[in-house]
Amino acid sequence: MRLDNYDPGDYYDELFMGKGQPRPQATPLIERINSLPPEELQQRQQVAQKALFKLGATFNVYGDNRGTERIFPFDVIPRIVSAPEWATLEAGLKQRIYSLNCFIADIYDAQKIVKDGVIPLDLINSAKGFLQPCVGLKPPGGIWCHITGTDLVRDKDGQWYVLEDNLRCPSGISYVLENRRVMKSSFSKLFETMAIRPVDDYPSHLLESLLNLTPNNLSDPTVVVLTPGIYNSAYFEHSFLAQQMGVELVEGKDLVVVDGYLQMRTTKGLKRVDVVYRRIDDDFIDPLVFRRDSMLGIPGLTNVYRAGRVAIANALGTGVADDKVIYAYVPEMIRYYLGEEPILQNVPTYLCWNDKDRNYVLENLEKLVVKAANESGGYGMLVGTCSTAEERAEFAKRIQANPRNYIAQPTICLSRVPTIVDSNFEGCHVDLRPYILYGKDIYVHPGGLTRVALKRGSLVVNSSQGGGSKDTWVLAN
Amino acid sequence: MLSRVANSIYWLNRYVERAENIARFINTNLNLILDTPPGVVQQWQPLVVTTGDLSLFQERCGNATAENVIQFLTFDSEYSNSILSCLRIARENARSIREVISSEMWEQINSFYFMVKDAADGQIPFEPQDFFSEVKMASHLFAGVMDATMTHNEGWHFGQIGRYLERADKTARILDVKYFLLLPSVKDVGSTLDELQWMSLLRSASAYEMYRKWQHRISPTGIAEFLILDREFPRSIRFCTMQAERSLHQITGTPAGTWSNPAERALGRLRAELDYLTIEEVIQTGLHEFLDQLLQHINGVGNNIFETFFAAKPIS
Repeated sequence: MRLDNYDPGDYYDELFMGKGQPRPQATPLIERINSLPPEELQQRQQVAQKALFKLGATFNVYGDNRGTERIFPFDVIPRIVSAPEWATLEAGLKQRIYSLNCFIADIYDAQKIVKDGVIPLDLINSAKGFLQPCVGLKPPGGIWCHITGTDLVRDKDGQWYVLEDNLRCPSGISYVLENRRVMKSSFSKLFETMAIRPVDDYPSHLLESLLNLTPNNLSDPTVVVLTPGIYNSAYFEHSFLAQQMGVELVEGKDLVVVDGYLQMRTTKGLKRVDVVYRRIDDDFIDPLVFRRDSMLGIPGLTNVYRAGRVAIANALGTGVADDKVIYAYVPEMIRYYLGEEPILQNVPTYLCWNDKDRNYVLENLEKLVVKAANESGGYGMLVGTCSTAEERAEFAKRIQANPRNYIAQPTICLSRVPTIVDSNFEGCHVDLRPYILYGKDIYVHPGGLTRVALKRGSLVVNSSQGGGSKDTWVLAN
Repeated sequence: MLSRVANSIYWLNRYVERAENIARFINTNLNLILDTPPGVVQQWQPLVVTTGDLSLFQERCGNATAENVIQFLTFDSEYSNSILSCLRIARENARSIREVISSEMWEQINSFYFMVKDAADGQIPFEPQDFFSEVKMASHLFAGVMDATMTHNEGWHFGQIGRYLERADKTARILDVKYFLLLPSVKDVGSTLDELQWMSLLRSASAYEMYRKWQHRISPTGIAEFLILDREFPRSIRFCTMQAERSLHQITGTPAGTWSNPAERALGRLRAELDYLTIEEVIQTGLHEFLDQLLQHINGVGNNIFETFFAAKPIS
């Protein structure tokens, strides 16, 4: 298999400028691939997949009571991001996360941004992620969004856009680390010759960010990762992160509130917990305050949290900024809180609650991507270009019934990367989810998860919709 | 250590040990049948009796034919003590505590489970003898990997307790089954068939060679003594009890010979009883009656361990 004949066609390709013309940063990779004997690449691909399955780097498929696990399909051709490009993304992401944090802090406090007329109060109050019980909360250091995974895409002209910010429990970092581990053995020579920024230190950075939240400077704080349990689709990741950080992985039933503190049940009695990296959504975390039917959470946790006796990452209430309608206002937030112009652009977004936008959306459904404000994982979505008339009619009905819940965006023609499909190279569309940690400072982890749409021509990259992943190489120079 | 985690590692080891023991029984019986003189009915029912699930078997499968018994004990996914189910549960436990066990342990249990599952799904040809030997070896490999890669801390000791209690339970059951069911009638006592059966029983416990070294002649009393009271044979009930007690005291820090909770008391008492027991006393009591009581004690220890360390006590 050679890349000589690979034609990027009329798309922005991450590795090629044109047919037979690798981008400068990708040249050593392309030469290496072309030098491999035929079949070699596919063999490496299979070895990599097997290694991932053996490691149990799997996700669970919902709605299958036999507990089917799948590996996230992995493609050995990496995507490469040049150093200057990364520098821009890094600056843009820091600016964005800083502003989002200012926004969340403000919205649960004085709500200046509303009072100054930048964002309508209605939108805040109707955001599912806005939690009345969190008003007045002061998380340690005023930081709310400790861990964010921001989805970026690149359009035909090579321009980067922010697609969404995931501030609740963004998944995927474990695949970034495991993919890299597999890649290092598949392409060890390239790692020696190219200056690829390492990714293995993520768990250390995560642990530092969590320890930064410790109340009252305890000398030996107990940090835990809170998981819904082994049936959660991202269970592998929860377990992986706890293991890599050397902290306890706990489920709700391991925890209990006693004497005003959060404590875990151990073989030697109760032990106090100081910092919780929760991978459970707000709704499920405390049945006394949020969903009463939740079996996953810990009754009374919110009170302990309000009293400052436990720190939670991400802070409760952070999900307000996950709302896709609120997302549309991030550029305004950057201007409002920082007095700066956004470095990274949003995808142009139509808000259906606004009459003018809604009329446009309803008239142009076949050109647009419509998304529900609070869904994730590729659910609740209409891709206009691939839709049937019935699907469009159905979405038109839903939008009219609940305009606040829908946004629409023009179809971005995502950039592509050569990918092995049926023993050939084919350009497949990708996005990029870098992970950003907010501890003492904001840290952008170099790289992130590159998801790839493995169905021919598809623009949907979610794992639950049959997407795969690639390693992301950020170059140091 | 979290109670849930301690519970999981305990059951992880119990279930791996259980799967191994089922494989042992079946394999030994397959061998025995090859040696059975023509005209003697093949005995498959005793295998189901060892598990204590005879009535469930009869309800689900009817007659105890070789095929029915092997299918039930090996691959029946609805039967919670089949090899397949044991490994599924063991793996699930391992998955829920991956951050606590070594990655080598996880990889071993993971590939162990898939080996059995592929056989159950017909993805690999099922050669009974090879398959059951492989199950046995995979279990040994798991124990070895655990021993060599996991810190011998509290979690490891809970695992040991699980493994040894399960093993003591199974050794008692094997012995009991021979005594009660393998013996078709009094006239067979002392016959070639009888001797073959006792040998096969020893093989079920991988005890044949070690027994021969200890006492050359095959005798029912000798075998019972070896499997119940030997201090050094790792599958004897006494050895298992000693090891489980040792691990329990490592966890609590209570000095040997004293106790600080019901689990230690029950296990210490059982171990002490075995320390001072003679095989003559056992025979006098009646082997079956003795084993029956022993199983109840082992069960009681298990319950005490659950109550002491794992149960989520209501918080007042």
